[in-house]
Amino acid sequence: MAGVRVLVGTRKGAFVLTSDAGRRDWKVDGPHFGGWEMYHLKGSPVDPDRIWASQTSGWFGQQVQRSDDGGKSWNPVGKDFTYASVPGTHQWYDGTPHPWEFARVWHFEPSLTDRDTVYAGVEDAAMFKTTDGGDSWTELQGLREHGSGPHWQPGAGGMCLHTILLHPTDENRIYCAISAAGAFRTDDGGTTWHPINNGLQSGEIPDPEANVGHCVHNLALHPSKPDTLFMQKHWDVMRSDDAGANWTEVSGNLPSDFGFRIVVHALEPVTIYVVPILSDSMHYPPDGKLRVYRSRTGGNEWEPLTKGLPQDNCFVNVLRDAMAVDTLDECGIYFGTTGGQVYCSPDGGDTWDAIVRDLPAVLSVEVQTL
Amino acid sequence: MTRVVLPYHLRSLAQVEGEVTVEAKTVAEVLDALEAEHPVLVGTMRDPATGKRRSFVRFFACKEDLSHTSYDEPLPSAVLEGSEPFLVVGAMAGG
Repeated sequence: MAGVRVLVGTRKGAFVLTSDAGRRDWKVDGPHFGGWEMYHLKGSPVDPDRIWASQTSGWFGQQVQRSDDGGKSWNPVGKDFTYASVPGTHQWYDGTPHPWEFARVWHFEPSLTDRDTVYAGVEDAAMFKTTDGGDSWTELQGLREHGSGPHWQPGAGGMCLHTILLHPTDENRIYCAISAAGAFRTDDGGTTWHPINNGLQSGEIPDPEANVGHCVHNLALHPSKPDTLFMQKHWDVMRSDDAGANWTEVSGNLPSDFGFRIVVHALEPVTIYVVPILSDSMHYPPDGKLRVYRSRTGGNEWEPLTKGLPQDNCFVNVLRDAMAVDTLDECGIYFGTTGGQVYCSPDGGDTWDAIVRDLPAVLSVEVQTL
Repeated sequence: MTRVVLPYHLRSLAQVEGEVTVEAKTVAEVLDALEAEHPVLVGTMRDPATGKRRSFVRFFACKEDLSHTSYDEPLPSAVLEGSEPFLVVGAMAGG
C-alpha cells in the first residue's frame, strides 16, 4: 500500500515521520543525531531508501550521513568540501572583501537518474557534486568563478547556496539560488553558469535591478513545465516562463510578499503555495495567523488556507527548505515551523493537521511517496 | 598509552564509550591517532587542511588549557604516565 515518509531536519536532530496513504495516523521516529543541526535530508528519486543528511555543528563541523534503508540506520560518508581553486573573496556584511570559507551543507539534491550522484549546496556559496555515493565531492567551480562572485554577500543566515533544481529531462540544465546573490543557471551540466535575475527588484542593494546581489530565498518548478519557474524572493513572489531569463512579480493579493519557501502542487503545474511572513525583521506571520496561501493561477490570485492552522497568537516562521509536497493522487502538502510543529494537509491545502507539535525548530521538510 | 576523554557528540560519532587510549606524546599525536583510528573525527577538532583548532573545541589536561600551546610540546607527565586523561572539550557556547 502506498504511503509517505516525511524527512524532518531540526536544530537538534532529525526525525522520520511515516504514514499510510491516508496521512492521518503517523509514526514518529527520532531524534536521529540528537543535538546536531540537521540542515537538510533528502531521498534519492531513484532509490527511495537512500537518504542523504547534512549533519552540522558549530562545535564539531560538518558530517554527511547516508542511509540505505530508508532512515533506519546511517553511515558517515565523505565530507571534504574543499573549494576547487583559490577561493577568493566575496563581500562581507559591511561591504569589505571576505575570504570564502566552508561552513556547512545547506541542501542536497539527489540526481533524478543515478543513485550515486548528488549535488550539494553549501555555505560559503558553492555547489559540489558526488558521483560515487558520497565518498568524494567535487566543486562545480564555474559557478563561483563566473565573474560575479566578488559581489555576492551573505544574508542574515550566511552566504549560502540553498536551492538546487534539476531539469526533469535535460540533465545539463540546473538552476540554483544563493542568498544574497540571486538565481543562476547552467546549460552544460555545471561547467559554466550565468545569472538569471532579469526583472528582480530589491531595495536592499544599491542598484535595485542589478544583475546579482538579490536575496533569492527559494525556487520551484513542476516537472511537466520545466521552463516555468517560481521564486520566493526576500520580498516579492516572482514567476518566469522562459527558464529564468525574465521574471515578473506575481505577489498579487498576498498579505505580505516576504517569505522563504515556495512549492508547486505535484499534479497541477501552476498551483503554487507560499507562507507569507510579515517582514524581514519580524519573521512571523501577519496578524499572528499561520496561513498558507495557494494560487491556482501561477500567482497574482491567492487564497488563504487556514482550516486546522492556528489563527491566533501564532508567531512562528517557515524556513526555506521546510515545505514539501507528496505525489499521491490527492496531493499532500507539508511544512514545518520554527516552533517545532510539522503540519500535513492530505487534500492539497484545504485542511491541515499537526503531525507533531513539539519538535526542535524545524529547518527542513522533505517527503517521499513510497 | 594516553587516555583521552572525548565529548559526547564525538564519542557518538566514533561509536565509542568511555575513554579511548592512543599512543601519543603530544597534542598533535593525540589528534593524529584519534583521526587515524576514527576517520569520522577528521575535521571535528581541527581543520583538515590547515590543522587549525576549531573555534569551539578546547584541549585540557591536569587542570591546564593546552589549546593555545604548541601541539608539538610534550604532554604533561601525568598524562603520559596515564594517571590523568587528556580532555577534548566542546567550549561553553550557546547560552
